[in-house]
Amino acid sequence: MNPAATSLGKDLIGLERLTAEQIRGILDTADPFKEISERAIKKVPVLRGKTIVNLFFEASTRTRISFEFAEKRLSADTVNIASTGSSVQKGETLVDTARNLEAMRIDMVVIRHGSSGAAQFLAERIPSNVINAGDGRHEHPTQALLDLLTLRDHLGRIEGLRVCIVGDVLHSRVARSNIWGLTKLGAEVAVCAPRTLLPIGVEDLGVHVFNRIEEAIEWADALNVLRLQLERMHAGFIPSLREYNRVFGVTRERLERAPRDVLILHPGPMNRGVEIDSDVADGPHSVILNQVTNGVAVRMAVLYLLAGGAPDRAEAAKAEG
Amino acid sequence: MPTNEVRPLLLRGGHVVDPSTDQDGIADVLLREGRVEAVGTGLGTPDDAEVIDVSGLVVAPGFIDVHVHLREPGGEHKETIASGARAALAGGFTAVCAMPNTDPPIDDPAAVGFVRAEGMRAGQARVYPTGTVSLGMKGERLALIGEMVEAGAVAITDDGKPVANAGLMRLALEYARTFDIPVAQHCEDHTLSAGGSMNEGIVSTRLGIRGIPNASEDVVIARDLLLAELTGGRLHIQHVSTRMGVAMIRDAKARGVSVTAEGTPHHFTLTDEACEEYRTEAKVNPPLRRPEDRAAVIEGIGDGTLDVIATDHAPHHYDEKEQAFEDAPFGLVGLETALGLVVTQLVEKKVLTLAQMVERMSCAPARAFSLPGGTLRRGSIADVTVFDPEREWTVDRNRFLSKSRNTPFHGMTLRGASILTIVDGHVRWRRDDA
Repeated sequence: MNPAATSLGKDLIGLERLTAEQIRGILDTADPFKEISERAIKKVPVLRGKTIVNLFFEASTRTRISFEFAEKRLSADTVNIASTGSSVQKGETLVDTARNLEAMRIDMVVIRHGSSGAAQFLAERIPSNVINAGDGRHEHPTQALLDLLTLRDHLGRIEGLRVCIVGDVLHSRVARSNIWGLTKLGAEVAVCAPRTLLPIGVEDLGVHVFNRIEEAIEWADALNVLRLQLERMHAGFIPSLREYNRVFGVTRERLERAPRDVLILHPGPMNRGVEIDSDVADGPHSVILNQVTNGVAVRMAVLYLLAGGAPDRAEAAKAEG
Repeated sequence: MPTNEVRPLLLRGGHVVDPSTDQDGIADVLLREGRVEAVGTGLGTPDDAEVIDVSGLVVAPGFIDVHVHLREPGGEHKETIASGARAALAGGFTAVCAMPNTDPPIDDPAAVGFVRAEGMRAGQARVYPTGTVSLGMKGERLALIGEMVEAGAVAITDDGKPVANAGLMRLALEYARTFDIPVAQHCEDHTLSAGGSMNEGIVSTRLGIRGIPNASEDVVIARDLLLAELTGGRLHIQHVSTRMGVAMIRDAKARGVSVTAEGTPHHFTLTDEACEEYRTEAKVNPPLRRPEDRAAVIEGIGDGTLDVIATDHAPHHYDEKEQAFEDAPFGLVGLETALGLVVTQLVEKKVLTLAQMVERMSCAPARAFSLPGGTLRRGSIADVTVFDPEREWTVDRNRFLSKSRNTPFHGMTLRGASILTIVDGHVRWRRDDA
């Protein structure tokens, strides 16, 4: 493998700007890292001496913990900053926060922020590596990478797969990152949602649009079911959660009519009985917990690659000190 | 007024372009005691006159920008009346109309008097105040429009917080007829723009930025054209950015509706792709739109549907623009780049002749807002813009006279530069290296 082709550069902002080779490089690096989390002593010295700040301006449980495990299992020193109880709450600007962190000589920043473009904003202003852990409605690249890894684990490939993203694509950074990642790796991608929850011009991103969930299920090899937030109903995008479940819910009855087994992914946290029924979430084709496991491996891979590692040296790196 | 102490000023040998008198050729211009005394070839030099050789340059009635935000009172860290009026001079504008959406808003005669007095005290470009349509810009009931006109307001507008209530807009258009002033409207339905930060389309979808559809502007343009037709009031539509907006205004003018409209340099130069990489300098409202909209704005300026070129000069402190895109404020500074953009984008590309350029930047704005100027007719006010349509220069925001630097045009090479800006018969600004 050509190291230049898989190098990620300084930052991971989104999948839109990565090549298929770079994305495959991350997935190939994640594979050997999976094993670390299965050990009794879950720690390797890959990032020993590196300082990483997890800068979370939005509430997050799963992503923040997943990053923290990935960092700790690679022996990095980590600091968590949440917006509540920090200088951010006191009105400090993002650029001042960035400069202050930089002044403490950190190596990497993992940032989650409610504004689209915030990760890039930070990346342009500090020399540390910046990893986007979700910015507004823009991208959530590590979530899409773990989705890709999970699809590849269970279906053996990405190319040629038919994957439908179901739900609130309009507000979803997970959807955007998945669309870029899947299309770059050769999958066919569709979205299915009420039109009020689809962005204008989504077809121009190279995806099909299904109005009805039944058609999407008939077409797809896998569904990636997005969380439907209660606020969307209050903002008037849908009349009610009950109606959403009735028209767009991924239910066992609907899946049983599919011509093939359909793999079920969900980035979490789930609203059982809204976008997904419990017997689907807990059913035989659900890989929702595998996604969570893969999340740690994918994030280890990203951290390792940004720190200067290469996919073909990942296996050896685990053993070195 | 210090005008009578001043020597007469003779501008010798320039290319005089004044559509109001059908002048388009080499001539001298003599200014005396704040008035245009004569325009003609081979004018004799009065004994005490100052003579400036302007051969090779264009001499035009002073440019007027009917849409600027000078931020005072309340936003003096962004701009003051004095700094904004100075920036206007540097851009070749002899007069500007200050929008009333300050803090507090200009919604009573005392506030209008403040803006007018500060403008006169600054002694730069003329500053014409405008007043709000509604009290406190709340969109509920009419402001003290008659008293504000008596105090010097030349138009009313709730720019920045457009009149949402159709009934109130009708009343404003009717009431303003009494004073024969225009009602200027920033056309936007906030229930459709709904917190958006840029044009709604493929670029906003990719960036994950909430979009502002063309329809949010178009529905208000349509409504206000109907209300202007109903009331016979003078409607002035600010910064038209959409193809349907241009088309509807063209149709309304053909029906005889009393409407004038603006095209801005940023809307005829840029598209929403300027927002790529989350560049907040390109965040402006109405937003930069698709190429077909930009083409329609250019066509509208060309055929006079958009009769007025205005900048919507909207200064912001760099801290305010140094934020994530959706957190940054709307607006860009335009006074010091407008002339160059008009020449480069419209004159060089044969959309406008020099005479049409002067019409859009001087004569039409004066008519739309019933201002003195916009002509070099004998006896009119001695406001003159002298510019070099050939001169190339590179935009350097650090050299702006405006207090603010928020421009998407930094580093762009333009053709066309102001050389002398003359107000009331005085040279108020002169390019250093000219």
